[in-house]
Amino acid sequence: QEPQASGLPEYIKIVEVGPRDGLQNEKVIVPTDIKIELINQLSKTGLPAIEVTSFVSSKWVPQMADHKEVMRGIERHPGVQYPVLTPNLQGFHSAIAAGATEVSVFGAASESFSKMNINCSIEESIEKFEEVTKSARNMNIPVRGYVSCALGCPYEGNVVPDKVAEVSKRLYSMGCYEISLGDTIGVGTPGSMKKMLEAVMKEIPLSALAVHCHDTYGQALANILTAIQMGVAVVDSSVAGLGGCPYAKGATGNVATEDVIYMLNGLGINTGVNLYAMMEAGNFICTALNKKTNSKVAQASFSTGTI
Amino acid sequence: ASGAYPKRVKVVEVGPRDGLQNEKNVVPTPVKINLINMLSETGLQVIEATSFVSPKWVPQMADHTEVMQGINKLPGISYPVLTPNLKGFQAAVAAGAKEVSIFGAASELFTKKNINCSIEESLERFDEVMKAAREANIPVRGYVSCVLGCPYEGKISAAKVAEVSKKMYSMGCYEISLGDTIGVGTPGSMREMLAVVMKEVPVGALAVHCHDTYGQALANILVALQMGVSVVDASVAGLGGCPYAQGASGNVATEDLVYMLNGLGIHTGVDLQKLMDTGTFICNALNRRTNSKVSQASCRL
Repeated sequence: QEPQASGLPEYIKIVEVGPRDGLQNEKVIVPTDIKIELINQLSKTGLPAIEVTSFVSSKWVPQMADHKEVMRGIERHPGVQYPVLTPNLQGFHSAIAAGATEVSVFGAASESFSKMNINCSIEESIEKFEEVTKSARNMNIPVRGYVSCALGCPYEGNVVPDKVAEVSKRLYSMGCYEISLGDTIGVGTPGSMKKMLEAVMKEIPLSALAVHCHDTYGQALANILTAIQMGVAVVDSSVAGLGGCPYAKGATGNVATEDVIYMLNGLGINTGVNLYAMMEAGNFICTALNKKTNSKVAQASFSTGTI
Repeated sequence: ASGAYPKRVKVVEVGPRDGLQNEKNVVPTPVKINLINMLSETGLQVIEATSFVSPKWVPQMADHTEVMQGINKLPGISYPVLTPNLKGFQAAVAAGAKEVSIFGAASELFTKKNINCSIEESLERFDEVMKAAREANIPVRGYVSCVLGCPYEGKISAAKVAEVSKKMYSMGCYEISLGDTIGVGTPGSMREMLAVVMKEVPVGALAVHCHDTYGQALANILVALQMGVSVVDASVAGLGGCPYAQGASGNVATEDLVYMLNGLGIHTGVDLQKLMDTGTFICNALNRRTNSKVSQASCRL
């Protein structure tokens, strides 16, 4: 299967968000050494980027209270990026002091979501992020921008594609090198993914776009396929599909990295990631969390004794 | 590249047969009948009701005659049944069946392990069924298993799938349902296989039957739709595990499929809420969790 002939990207960068987005949405508080071991195992899979932790107040996100220890404790493999979340300037400085060399900021395409999540309007949040990107620029630190609720909002319901494009453009203009479009509650379908990307692609170059799909309604791989058919070449995912959905009790959240890799392998697309090693890392963290994996590939592989 | 999608897709509901057949607990006849009756109210046009196979082999389908005779048969809805041989066909027709299905495979080893004969021999057996069906004016749907991989042979050539499909279509099957029996397929292998099969069988006579064992089902279905396929098999609540991977999932959930098709603006005629209610019913009866993510997400307890 020739990806070029089929119009698909030859290479797709996988951004592993399990240690941050994944663990943040797991109930059990994970000990620091387990977090560090998970990240170290992930570093050996061939992943080009691993989102390590979040420099947010431990009051709000207890799971990420050990951000400094994690940042300082992990092995830093050459060629692998270790971005961290920094919701404001304070978090940014703290992250740099702890050794971070890339940060992320989180916007949203929904006013209600912005208000409920970080208690300010989209405009106010953009202003906060501008402080971060300004400092980051001075220090030569790349900043990744996230846009939540790109395909729907738990409070507002439908989200207009032009709004997603508008917020994306603001983040990109202030200096974010990449914009990750998040289907935060997983309600998107190939239909809404296409419409949203068409609007955003008018404002942001394709090479600066990523998709962050949640599998809450089982649509993630179909949505990711749609995105890569349109030329998107960066995909976020979470080992073992860590991280449930805070808006739908018992439902799943992040798409499993193993399942994404399996699909991309089948399409002849290079990711640099060793699926076997990925499943091993997933097995490690699920054992530590005493939970079943959310990856169907891992489930099937363990069942058939392939692992 | 993504072309235009079909405007309408026919969803073939296989839960009561393929789904239940692969569930451990034997389901009482009244529950099966109620399941099918509820499915009949959802807008589904095709509901595979049961299998006229020997109860020695498939205990779950032992009540095939009672089920066939007990269900409400709504006008405009087709209730096909599996008939592995002439005997099964005759029993099915006697019980009131108006459409039947036969099962081939694209793998010699799978055929040998499953029904203890070669592909060629299996198709000869079906010849009798086809002849009888033709005489009785009964439409026959053909299934081809292992189209994207075999639990015994591993990789399956697209040419072999095309060869078996063509034979079954030539024998008189009005539709060929291509089954990714162990769910190993990806959009890559789906596209490759369909491109070859479509040279031998018109796309209007093709259906896809994807298993979600590796989470690839909806992505595979999406590619099939992009290539012009407009008939998709699915199982309510994702009933039916995978007999080749213990604990792994099998059929793709009808709810999740309909959710995706709705999002694409593709008409199915199916009421998603009624479908979810039906899924809830059968899962309660089976004392198991649903495999449908749409159902899980929509259940805000």
